[in-house]
Amino acid sequence: MPERDDIVGTSPLRKEGRAKVLGHAKYIDDLSLPGMWHGATVRSSIARGRIRAIHFAPEVDWSQFALVRASDIPGENTIVHLTKDHPCLAADKVNHPEEPILLLAHPEKASLLAGVAGVRIEYDELPGVFTIEESETAVANSDVDRIVWEGSEYGGTANCFKQYVLHSGDAKETEEGLAAAFESADYIVEGEYHTGAQEQLYIEPNGVIAECKKDENGNVVSVCVRGSMQCPYYLVHALTLVFGLPEEKCRVIQTETGGAFGGKEDFPSVIGSHAALLAMKCGHPVKMIYDRAEDMAATTKRHPSRTRHRTAVSKKGQLLACEIDIALDGGAYATLSPVVLSRATIHAPGPYKWPFVRVRAKAMATNLPPHGAFRGFGAPQSLFALERHMDKVARAVGISPEELRRRNFLATGDQTATGQVLTEPVDMQRLLDRALDESDYYAKLAQFAEENRGSAVKRGIGIAAFMHGSGFTGSGERRLNSVVEVELLPDGRPQILVSSTEFGQGTNTILCQVAAQTLRIPYEQVVIAQPDTAVVPNSGPTVASRTAMVIGKLVERASAQLLEKLRIESGPQADHTLEQFTQAALAYLNAHGDLRCSARYEPVRPVEWNDELFHGDAYPAYAWAVYVAEVAVDLNTYSVSVTRFDALQEVGKIMHPVLAKGQIEGGVAQAIGYALYEKCVWKDGRMMNNQMTNYIMPTSADLPEIHVHFEEVPCVHGPSGAKGIGELPMDGPAPAILNAIENATGLSFDSIPLLPEDIFEKAHSFTDPGHGGSEDLDPERLGEFLPEVNA
Amino acid sequence: MTAPIQVIVNGEQHRIDVAPMRRLLDVLREDLHLSGTKEGCGEGECGACAVLMNGELVNSCLIPALQANGARLCTIEGVSTEGRLHSIQQCFLENGGAQCGICTPGMILAAHHLLDKHPNPTLEEIQEGLAGNLCRCTGYMRIFEAVQKAAEAQNAV
Repeated sequence: MPERDDIVGTSPLRKEGRAKVLGHAKYIDDLSLPGMWHGATVRSSIARGRIRAIHFAPEVDWSQFALVRASDIPGENTIVHLTKDHPCLAADKVNHPEEPILLLAHPEKASLLAGVAGVRIEYDELPGVFTIEESETAVANSDVDRIVWEGSEYGGTANCFKQYVLHSGDAKETEEGLAAAFESADYIVEGEYHTGAQEQLYIEPNGVIAECKKDENGNVVSVCVRGSMQCPYYLVHALTLVFGLPEEKCRVIQTETGGAFGGKEDFPSVIGSHAALLAMKCGHPVKMIYDRAEDMAATTKRHPSRTRHRTAVSKKGQLLACEIDIALDGGAYATLSPVVLSRATIHAPGPYKWPFVRVRAKAMATNLPPHGAFRGFGAPQSLFALERHMDKVARAVGISPEELRRRNFLATGDQTATGQVLTEPVDMQRLLDRALDESDYYAKLAQFAEENRGSAVKRGIGIAAFMHGSGFTGSGERRLNSVVEVELLPDGRPQILVSSTEFGQGTNTILCQVAAQTLRIPYEQVVIAQPDTAVVPNSGPTVASRTAMVIGKLVERASAQLLEKLRIESGPQADHTLEQFTQAALAYLNAHGDLRCSARYEPVRPVEWNDELFHGDAYPAYAWAVYVAEVAVDLNTYSVSVTRFDALQEVGKIMHPVLAKGQIEGGVAQAIGYALYEKCVWKDGRMMNNQMTNYIMPTSADLPEIHVHFEEVPCVHGPSGAKGIGELPMDGPAPAILNAIENATGLSFDSIPLLPEDIFEKAHSFTDPGHGGSEDLDPERLGEFLPEVNA
Repeated sequence: MTAPIQVIVNGEQHRIDVAPMRRLLDVLREDLHLSGTKEGCGEGECGACAVLMNGELVNSCLIPALQANGARLCTIEGVSTEGRLHSIQQCFLENGGAQCGICTPGMILAAHHLLDKHPNPTLEEIQEGLAGNLCRCTGYMRIFEAVQKAAEAQNAV
């Protein structure tokens, strides 16, 4: 009998892995229901305007179609997230390109194309705003024609979904401290940083199948939606409003989900509501699957951002104060922007000790499709700015980037900018030392400096230090109030019941590991139920790096209760074999019929958070990391390749080494794409490169060896000491890579994605005789950027 | 208007009437109910629909069904035998080569094709051989490891 204490920390086979490698796993497009029709969406062709008329082409036989318009919605015309500003279907005006206006269903999928093409919509076009700056300008000029979102009833102001101000202490004292620090500082360093939109690019597009039951009077009795998604109960909530039904009449079932990354957090509420409306209208189940072009053009992306830093620092490299201003482009509706902004705000000061901090943050409205959740959720934006800025501060002070960080890291017992006391061990010094060691940092610095002379390929190395909060922000976990259940199946095997979903990251596997270890039975014996809201309790959304730590802990508690009940029933036992467990389980079921134990969220330690002051314990725990990137910049082609990557992190106990490595490697790869490849090209609010042909994500030939290293420091909040891991690797690579590019070339870039044409432009601007020089570039290196010199 | 085609899929002969512009992908998924072949982009960029056609790796979303007439095809369903995993599948499973699983069928067929050509592939050959198959989850590192292990396993036999 193997030891049962060590199931967490080993790498058993992924629970649903066999079905996946066999090709047997059923994704939503692999399913079909009897009599099923197919649905499609007629979308806005303009960014902003009033709908004047809708024309239906006479050559289309409309009697064969089911049509849904806003006026057909039985409940409220809204896709609810945090507010109700986002309509389910545009009724009289549109606020972004690709906004849904009309839904069509037909028994034959092939006939839908003609249907969509046969609808012509006339608009009175209105002016739009397409960037953060245009949106701000409209507000500054009180340009009422370009106030594209009023939203005061939703807690916002003109063109602004949400604003936060974070002060590291009492507001007045902090402002006085800031003023004094900037007055006395040896150096004041300023910078402005930009990040672009990024498409999640899960390989399985959004898709659902919906059913609707009506009574004899034609009133909707219940709806059921199955599909690709992260958060079944979010869709339940959306359906209750769209249909005016109680929660128990809105059933949602998650099917195997082919990647999500946040892109299936909020969006399934849209496509799920749409398919259910079509099912109501046509009386058949309706399948809606977006093709790639529609998915990329119409669904959410990572928020573009602009972050300004102003830093006071002493000549010894001590950080004295910072003022950070963050602006996110939220797109046309609020969706999740306020919470994305909140995470961006809290992560903005990074893993550093600042005597005085002020962060001002705002999410602006534009006439782009709404931006939404994407792995990292605001943190990649603000940490990109911070970690580029730290290199700039180091340069101003005249010390090395690693030394500046070393002198200012947060440590155990320190307070973060939100006033959270770091009671659990934090050792950024150790992480930095080890990361520099694992990457052979100093040897590489010397080697590259030597080899770069006279070479057209410039190599460089850069670092980023950062952290990512696990779980919902502040009081969020308490509001979610998650519940987990563990029950006995009739054959005596335990089954986990959660709405937490598997979409590649390993939810099924790690939760079964936790239950197996707690119940002291083999991993293979534990079953996890398909997330079906008619069966599983609401364990909250599968987001925010919360599943391992928060849900894992609840599974541990519910499993411990179940074991305790069995032990009480069959007499206390210090240890048991599987046979004894099964016998005890069957005996219990025989005597009582069933056994189901539940656990509801309770913070392991008190989490104190003040939403109004934006102060307190922002997260139960943070994961900490130092990443090192090596790059090669070819000054003939201006292309950059990442040639090696070292990712060192402390994420608590590693539950499953193979899955954990996979999470880090996958996140780093996505972040390399964010930094160097993935550019959304916008024109008047519309994505122009909504194809995999011209939106470029990294292939297997583009990536370097990614070396993953862990420091394991158990955390009290998670099962066996685990913390969140999923989003962390999205935060650090982009700044590390741009820092490495600066090390390689002397060129300082402050925007991502950074494409070869951007490097070309900057390199050539230095060789232009009219150029006035740059603080970024050593004049002696100018010659390196003249192609003829390289040739 | 349809035309008859004959194909051998996973060793089984099929005669199917197809509309001329139908994609091989649709024939496999809809007519033959082999849903292991996935559609990721519909334009030959992602490789989720990859199958082997006369031993060559093709994107089935780009193959008009008529072009497959007379072809020998292998889909993910034909890689295992009687429920027993092929060594490539076993190595993907053990080494974390499959996360969300949507690219996995195409990726396994690409790996199959690669190992047919290069029984002892270098890392560069693996990177090159799989470059037509996009994976958004893994960052490819676990997949490289799975393919290397599968090569070792096949060579050990």
